[in-house]
Amino acid sequence: MKITREDVLRVAELAHLELSPEEVETYRGQLDEILTYIAKLEQLDVTSVEPMAQVLQPAAESHPELREDTPRPCAVADAILAQAPDARKPFFRVPKVIER
Amino acid sequence: MMAERSWTIAGVQDALRSKQVSARELATDFYSRIEKRNPELNAFLALSPERAFAQADRIDAAIAQGENLPLLAGVPIAIKDVISTKGVRTTCGSKILENYVPPYDATAVERLEAAGAVILGKTNCDEFAMGSSNENSAYGPVRNPVALDRVPGGSSGGSAAVVAAGLALASLGTDTGGSIRQPGACCGIPALMPTYGRVSRYGLIAFASSLDRIGPFATTVADAAAVMSVIAGRDENDSTSAPVPVPDYPSEIETRLDGLRIGVPEDYFGEGLDEEVREKVQSGIALLERLGCRRIPLHMPHTDYAIATYYIIATAEASSNLARYDGVRYGLRVPGGTLMEMYRRTREKGFGAEVKRRIVLGTYALSAGYYDAYYLRAQKVRSLIARDFADAFQKVDAIITPTAPTPAFRLGEKTADPLQMYLADIYTVTGSLAGVPGISVPCGKTREGLPVGLQIFGRHFEEGRVLQLAHAFEQAGGLTL
Repeated sequence: MKITREDVLRVAELAHLELSPEEVETYRGQLDEILTYIAKLEQLDVTSVEPMAQVLQPAAESHPELREDTPRPCAVADAILAQAPDARKPFFRVPKVIER
Repeated sequence: MMAERSWTIAGVQDALRSKQVSARELATDFYSRIEKRNPELNAFLALSPERAFAQADRIDAAIAQGENLPLLAGVPIAIKDVISTKGVRTTCGSKILENYVPPYDATAVERLEAAGAVILGKTNCDEFAMGSSNENSAYGPVRNPVALDRVPGGSSGGSAAVVAAGLALASLGTDTGGSIRQPGACCGIPALMPTYGRVSRYGLIAFASSLDRIGPFATTVADAAAVMSVIAGRDENDSTSAPVPVPDYPSEIETRLDGLRIGVPEDYFGEGLDEEVREKVQSGIALLERLGCRRIPLHMPHTDYAIATYYIIATAEASSNLARYDGVRYGLRVPGGTLMEMYRRTREKGFGAEVKRRIVLGTYALSAGYYDAYYLRAQKVRSLIARDFADAFQKVDAIITPTAPTPAFRLGEKTADPLQMYLADIYTVTGSLAGVPGISVPCGKTREGLPVGLQIFGRHFEEGRVLQLAHAFEQAGGLTL
C-alpha cells in the first residue's frame, strides 16, 4: 500500500477529525503498515463466499426479528438534557448553522 | 477487622447466613482493600460507596427478616467503565466522556443488583475498549497485580486486575476481540466471553456492534458460572439478545468430562507462540485427557487471516459508532466558530491516539472506492472463519488453544508499534468473529511467575460446556500446572 498525506487528510475530513501535522504523518505511516498487513486477505479466493451479515445463529433466530410496535413511556428527556454541554429545554444548542 | 480472606460467592452466602459477617462489613472490608491497593494498580476509575452500602443494607435487612437470599447477595462486584451505571460516572476510559453520568443502568448491572450484588465501582480500561494492554486509557495504565512492571492485558485490564488482586469478588468486562479473555490470561483468573447474543448489551457503550459482548471475571470458574446465570438471557431492550433458554450453569459445570472430544488446532501453535506458553498449554491438554477427554487434531485453515479481518470490521464499526461523540448531546465540547469546527475540535481533543487511529482506519475501509476491497472482503473472510468453527464442531465438542501468544508483557513494550499490539489478540479474535463462546482459564505459570491462560471455545450457546471443562480443569490443578 502507499498511503499519502492526502489520503489521511481526506479520511480525517470524512470522520470530522482535526489532526495535527504530526498526527497526519504518524497515522500515514501506521496506516500504511497496517494496510500492508491486511493485504494478506487478497490471497484468498472469496468470489463464491457470502459476506457474514448476521452473527446471531439460527438457533437464536426462531423468533420474529420485529417486535410489536407498542409505544412505551420514556420520560428521560430532563436527565438527558442535563448531560448536554449546552441545552435550553427542550433543545440542544449548537453554533448557528444557517446563514442568512 | 477481618484478615484478608479469599472469598468465593458460596463462601459469602454461608458467612452471611450464619451471621459471621454482614453485607455492610464485607463492603467496608473491600473498600479498605481498594484504598490500600488501588493507588499502585490504578484499576478503579470511580467508586460508588453510596450505592454499594444502600444495597448492602438492603441485604442485611433481608437477612434480619430471615428472607431467602438471592444468588449474589452481598457479593462485591466491579463494572468495566464502558458499561452504564445510573448516577455513577462512566467515562469509557476517554476524555470525551470525562464528566458523563448515565441516566440509566445497563441491563447486566440491573440484573446483578437484582440478584443481590453490591456494585463497588467502575474499572479502568483502554479507551472505548480499544487496546490489548490498558495503556490506551486516558486515565493512565493499570498495573498487573501479579507483576507491577507488566500490563494486565486489555481492554478490560481494570476488571481483571481488581479480581486478581482481591479488590472485588467478580467483575464485568467486555470482549470485542479478546478483551475479556486476554486480560484474564495475563492476570491469572477465569474470564468468560459468552456467545454473541447471550448477554444483553443494553447500556453497553458501543465499540463494534457485531462483535461486542459482556462477560464475567471471577476468582473461580464456579463463581463465573454463578454470575453468568444472573446476567444471561433475552432482554426486550436489546433486539440482538437471543431468546435461547438459559441453563443452570452452576449445576451444569459439575458434569463429568468422560468421552468429551477436544479439538486441538495446529494453527494456534505456530510461529510467534512463546515456548513456555506452548509447554504449559500442552500440559493443560494432557490434563484434560487424563480427565477423560479425547484429543482430536484439527486444522482451521483461516486462522491466520483473523487479525486482518478483525481490524477491518472492528474499526469500520467503531468509526460509525463513535460518530456520535460530537460535542452536542453529552460529553466534552470544544467551542468552534461553526458547527463543523466544533465537531472537529471536540473530537481532536477528546479522543486519544489509538481511538483516532482506528477511526482513520475504519473510515478509510468504508470510504468510496475501498469498501469492496476491504470491508466486503473482510465480511467474506469472516464467513470462512465461522465455517472453520462450524466444521470443527462437527468433529469435536470443544476447541483448546492458548489464550495469548505470550504472558503479560512489560508496560511500554508494544506501545510504539500498533500492529505488534494487535497481534496480542491473534488467538482470541477468531472466536469473536465466529460468535462462539470462549473462556480463558489459568494454566500454570512461567518460570518468572507469570500466569498462562488456556482457552476453551464451545459451540454457540454452549457456555455450560465451556464452563464445565474449565471447572474440571481448575479442580484438577490446572492453576498450578
